[in-house]
Amino acid sequence: MLLEIDNITLLYGRIQALHGISLEVDQGEIVALIGANGAGKTTTMRAVSGLRPIASGAIRFAGQDITRMRPDLRVVRGISQSPEGRGIFPGMTVLENLEMGAYTRRDGAAIRQDLDRVFGLFPRLRERMRQPGGTLSGGEQQMLAVGRALMSRPKLMLLDEPSMGLAPMLIQQIFSIITEINQQGTTILLVEQNAQQALSRAHRAYVLETGQIVKSGTGSELLHDPAVKDAYLGVA
Amino acid sequence: MTAVENHQTAQAPPPVKATDRTVRGWLGRQPLPVRILVIVGFAILAYLLPYVGDVPVLGPQVVTQANDWGSVLFEISYFVLLAIGLNVVVGFAGLLDLGYVGFFAVGAYTVALLTSPDSNFGLKWVWLASVPVAIAVAMFSGLILGWPTLRLRGDYLAIVTLGFAEIIRIFADSAPLLRGDRGFGSIPHPPGNNPDGTAIFSVRDATPYYWLGLSIIILVILAVRNLDRSRVGRSWLAIREDEEAAEIMGVRTIKFKLWAFAIGACVAGLGGVMFAGYQGFMNSSTFVLQFSILVLAGVVMGGSGNIAGAILGGVLIAYVPERLRGIEVFGQDLFQWRFLMFGVIIILIMIFRPQGVIPSRRRAMELKDRAKEVAPE
Ligand SMILES: Nc1ncnc2c1ncn2[C@@H]1O[C@H](COP(=O)(O)OP(=O)(O)OP(=O)(O)O)[C@@H](O)[C@H]1O
Ligand SMILES: [Mg+2]
Repeated sequence: MLLEIDNITLLYGRIQALHGISLEVDQGEIVALIGANGAGKTTTMRAVSGLRPIASGAIRFAGQDITRMRPDLRVVRGISQSPEGRGIFPGMTVLENLEMGAYTRRDGAAIRQDLDRVFGLFPRLRERMRQPGGTLSGGEQQMLAVGRALMSRPKLMLLDEPSMGLAPMLIQQIFSIITEINQQGTTILLVEQNAQQALSRAHRAYVLETGQIVKSGTGSELLHDPAVKDAYLGVA
Repeated sequence: MTAVENHQTAQAPPPVKATDRTVRGWLGRQPLPVRILVIVGFAILAYLLPYVGDVPVLGPQVVTQANDWGSVLFEISYFVLLAIGLNVVVGFAGLLDLGYVGFFAVGAYTVALLTSPDSNFGLKWVWLASVPVAIAVAMFSGLILGWPTLRLRGDYLAIVTLGFAEIIRIFADSAPLLRGDRGFGSIPHPPGNNPDGTAIFSVRDATPYYWLGLSIIILVILAVRNLDRSRVGRSWLAIREDEEAAEIMGVRTIKFKLWAFAIGACVAGLGGVMFAGYQGFMNSSTFVLQFSILVLAGVVMGGSGNIAGAILGGVLIAYVPERLRGIEVFGQDLFQWRFLMFGVIIILIMIFRPQGVIPSRRRAMELKDRAKEVAPE
């Protein structure tokens, strides 16, 4: 297992956001995490990247216990995140934003290769290279957030709602790029409101409800599960 | 290969040049010789400022009427120094520090304790020997205050730092060691003699203090500018623009915030050291909270995040009130109206130019971005 989340709980002050979540992501997989608003999807991501300490449980990454590891060291170990709401640095150019993605790296030549790779995946970003991040459209910012997360050469990418605010056309494209990144060897944990797309792209998926995992299975199993259809796919 | 594209552009993008890959202001976009010329020119003019009164027609308009021009220039110089230091904290790292005057006081009091014959320590060091100690103590107090508080964000940090300045003031008022309003006298001046054997730094002429202050400012600017362009500066920028995103990128946010705080404290301490060496006397009423707010107002007015803006802000807050002193309108000295006028000026600037008079280009982007968050589309 690349990532093992073992029965974690997490508190925001007195509010308990996660009530003992366990999930696993294997090397090479796309795993989707779906659930209603406020279910705890973003919180789970934040626990994995270390933005928020967990109250109990354990997180292991590539065989190592990272439960109490500093966030920057988790980046070095190979976890990167494209956060909810994109988290673009508005006053930095597109190029500088991408360079921030490689913040923990010192291998200049390889960084340049990865820049080319990102520009290959998102040609639009190359055109906008010198434009401040704050002036990009929402869709372009989303591409930048995903591209930036690639710049640390992660083993595992955490993508929090990469399709948020995108036009249907762009949603298709961003999901096929995610699949492509995965096929190039990066493992992906994907949080999505767009359950239809997420489940059809993911190898496996978990359903989160009020801080607990209530269901898991392969993407297509959940896609055809009546309860999931009812609650998340909006089809009768 | 999949690609997100609305329209096809076949031509290869122009190569990245070092000069245009980042968001820069006007000066930053000029060729190097022009930049050097502009900066050296400004520095020379600054050194010549004590003689500006001799310039026909214009000169007498510039110099202050009521107070000696040399003293006013010195006052401007330490305000500018404070503004440059506060700009590191507020402008670069984006930390709202309302207790900045506290570090100024720490620097000045350390000098007083080490040098003044009134001090209980009885050390009577010379001024120069106390300088490194005072700077170190100010920096250390910055670290001590920053360590527990920098986990806080925005408003909370502002309140804690405000409290810090008050603690220092109350301490200065009531701790026997700091002698309350009796204060410390006979603090020695900086060293050095003129060719004729008289001391360069004396109570007779403030101009040498101004030149000293100006030289310190230039050194501090060079240091701060280099920091800003380094990895440290990039980390500050990331923290200021989006702290959580910075953390996700692997920036050690607490560490860099602490650095900004300590460097700011260090510069403020240096201001206190200069002040003590010039004044020769200080007591608990020397350091008022308004002082912090005034310097902050200067930084924001001038253009937070931009060194040139901070300098302009420092000049404004120190020069304008002094220039107005002695001018009477309806039987009132305009000096008394300075805070009201600053209030009005700040409101006007915030309405018409929220990024400051000489803004940082990046800051302007950040403000736009925030406005978007408040009122999407
Ligand atoms: N900083 C915080 N302080 C207090 N409570 C929080 C905080 N962040 C999240 N929560 C609470 O934790 C719960 C889980 O939130 P989380 O952001 O993980 O939901 P989510 O599944 O990502 O929802 P969405 O689909 O709307 O993004 C919610 O009830 C939320 O109100
Ligand atoms: Mg969320």
